[in-house]
Amino acid sequence: MTDIAPSGSRPQRSPLDRLSHWFQTNWRKIVIAVPFFWLLLFFLAPFFIVAKISLAELRISSPPFTEMIEWTGDGVMTIRLVFDNFIFIMEDSLYVNTYLNSLKISVTSTLICLLFGYPIAYGIVRSGPVAKPVLLFLVILPFWTSFLLRVYAWMGLLSDQGTINNLLIYIGLIDEPIRMLYTEFAVYIGIVYTYLPFMILPLYANMERLDMSLNEAAADLGSKPMNTFFRVTLPLTIPGIVAGSLLVFIPATGEYVIPDLLGGGNVQMIGRVLFNEFSLNTDWPVACAVAVVLLFLLVLPIILFQYFQGKAAEAP
Amino acid sequence: MTEEPWLDQANNTPLVQIRGVSKKFGDVTAVDNVDLDIYQGELFCLLGGSGCGKTTLLRMLAGFEFPNSGSISIGGQDMSTVPAYERPTNMMFQSYALFPHMSVERNIAFGLQQDRMPKGEIADRVHEILKLVELQDFKKRKPQQLSGGQRQRVALARALVKEPRLLLLDEPLAALDKKLRKQTQFELANIQEQVGVTFIVVTHDQEEAMTLSTRMAVMDAGRFQQIGTPTEIYEFPQSRFVADFIGSANILQGRVTEDSADHVRVDTELGEIYIDHGQQVSTGSQIWVGLRPEKITVSKSAPETPGPNQCKGVVDDIGYLGEVSIYKIRLDSGTIIDATAPNRIRPMSRTHAITWEDEVYLSWEPSSPMLLNT
Repeated sequence: MTDIAPSGSRPQRSPLDRLSHWFQTNWRKIVIAVPFFWLLLFFLAPFFIVAKISLAELRISSPPFTEMIEWTGDGVMTIRLVFDNFIFIMEDSLYVNTYLNSLKISVTSTLICLLFGYPIAYGIVRSGPVAKPVLLFLVILPFWTSFLLRVYAWMGLLSDQGTINNLLIYIGLIDEPIRMLYTEFAVYIGIVYTYLPFMILPLYANMERLDMSLNEAAADLGSKPMNTFFRVTLPLTIPGIVAGSLLVFIPATGEYVIPDLLGGGNVQMIGRVLFNEFSLNTDWPVACAVAVVLLFLLVLPIILFQYFQGKAAEAP
Repeated sequence: MTEEPWLDQANNTPLVQIRGVSKKFGDVTAVDNVDLDIYQGELFCLLGGSGCGKTTLLRMLAGFEFPNSGSISIGGQDMSTVPAYERPTNMMFQSYALFPHMSVERNIAFGLQQDRMPKGEIADRVHEILKLVELQDFKKRKPQQLSGGQRQRVALARALVKEPRLLLLDEPLAALDKKLRKQTQFELANIQEQVGVTFIVVTHDQEEAMTLSTRMAVMDAGRFQQIGTPTEIYEFPQSRFVADFIGSANILQGRVTEDSADHVRVDTELGEIYIDHGQQVSTGSQIWVGLRPEKITVSKSAPETPGPNQCKGVVDDIGYLGEVSIYKIRLDSGTIIDATAPNRIRPMSRTHAITWEDEVYLSWEPSSPMLLNT
C-alpha cells in the first residue's frame, strides 16, 4: 500500500483520493482515538476537577471552595494547594474506620459472591443445551428491573413487619420479629444479591472455554474428582476468579445506595460518608479528598486486574 | 506368546473381554450388542465412519461412559463399577487434552504423582519417556509453545508413562498433516512394539488402520461388520459394506449358475465369472461379486482364448496419479468398472499406451472375485 515512487513522479490526486488514502493509512489511530478522547473528556477531566477541589479550602460562596490559582494585582500568580483535607481524613478515626469497614464489607461480600458464584457458573457451563440459555437468562434477568426498586424490595422483605419475619412468625418458628433491616447483615444481603451476576458472568465466560476433556484426562491418569478440581479446574479458572472478584470488589467498596437504604445509620461505608460531606455538610473539598483517597485504594486492584488480564492474554 | 493369540483361544486368555455391550444416548443406540476379545500385545484398530460408535466403545473401556447392558472386563476384572481413575487403562485424547497450565514435564508427571510415586522415581520415568518420544529439549515448554506433532508425542508420553495394561488412542494422528501422519504411523507401531503395551486405536482412516493394526474391526451403526487382520479384511470381506468401505471395489449383482466343491460360476454384467475355489453359496441364488480395481488387467489386445473372467469396454476416463493410473471403463451396458494399473514403464513419448475412448479388454485371475452374501 505504501507509495515508493519518488514524489516528483507521483501522479496528481484529487482531494477525495487523498482523504481516502489518509483514512486508509491512519484508520488504526482513528479507531483508538475515539475511546481515547471519550475517556479523556468524561473520565480524566472530571477526575482532575475532583482532585483540584480536594486541594482547596471550604468557603461560604458558590462554588463553596477557594480557587487554586489566583492573580494578584501586580501580575503575580498564586497557586494554593491545601493538604489539610487529606490530613484531616487521615487523623480523624471516623474516616479511617469507615474506609476499613468499607473494605471489610466489600472483601467479605466478594468472598461470599465467589462462594456462591463459582458453583453456579460451573453448573451453568455443565448444564444441557436447553437449560443453559435459560439459566444464563435468569442470571441477567434482575438487570431488567431498576436497581433501586430491587433494593426497596429487600427493605420490604427484611423489615420487622416484612415478608420474612411475618412468615417465620406465622410458621411459629419465632415469636418476636428478628431485626434484619438496618444491620450489617442486610447490607451483605444487598451487596451479594446485587453483585452476584458480576461474579457469575466472567466466571462463566472463563469456564465456558475450559476443555472438559481435561477433566477426563485427569481422571484417566488416576486423579480423583476432588484432586482434579484443585489441580486442573481451579488453576485454569483463576483469570475468571480475578475478573469476577474485581468486578464485585471495586463497586462494592464505594457502594452508597445499599448501605444507606438497608444499613441505615448503623453501617458506615465510605460512599455514605462522601454523600453526607457533599450534600449535607456542603464540604466539597473534604468530600473530594474522600473520593481521591477511595480512588487510590481502588487503583491498586485495578492495576492487579490489568496485570492478570495481560497474563491471561499471553497464554491462549 | 504366539504371534496370533486370537487363533489359539484355548491357551490364551484375552486381556479385554467385551460381552454383549450396548450403549444408548436417548433414542440413539451408539453401540449395539457387541462382543470382542482383545489379547495382550495387540494393536487393535476400531475403524468406522463418524457416528459408528467406535469412540463410544473406547470411552466405555476408559470408564468415561458405562454400558446400558453387557459387561467389559480388563485383565479378568469386571469394570462395571470401576471409575476411570481406578482403571488400568490410559487414554490418548483426540484433542490431546494436555493441561495448558503445566509444562511438558509436569503434564507427563501428573499421572505418576497420582500413584504417590517417590519424586526421584517420577523424574527418572519422565526422563526415560521423554527420550523415547525425543522431546528431552522441550520438557520446560508449555503445550501451546509446541508444534502439533510435538503435542501429539507429549500426549502419547503422558499416556504411556504410567505403563498401563491397555492404552486407548482416540484418532491419535487425525490432527497431523498428511506427511507427518504417514511418518508417525510407523513411529507409533514401533513404540508399541518397544513398550509391549496393548493398544486400541480408534480411527476413521483406513490406511492408518491397515498400517498399524495386528487386527481391526470395521464398525457401522454400532455393530462390528467384520473383525480380522488387515489382509483378511481387505482380501476376504464378508459384506458389501466392508468391501466398499476398505479400499475400493467394483460390486456387481449376479446369479450363481454352478456351485461345486472346488469352483463357482456366477453370471453377471461382466459375463461369466469363474471362481477357482469353493464358496458357501447355492445354485440359482442372487449374490454380489466384488472385484478390486488393482486385480483387473487392462489390455488393448484381445485375450487369446475366449472364456470366463474377461470382458470388453471403452476407456471413459483416466485418473493419472503418477505411480498408478485409475481407468474408468464403460461397458456396453453403460456400467462403469474401475481398474488400476501401476505405471511400470516410463512413457518416453510422453503419451500413455492407453488413452481416452480406446477399446480395451479386462481380465482377472479366477482367485480374485470376492463373493459377498449381504
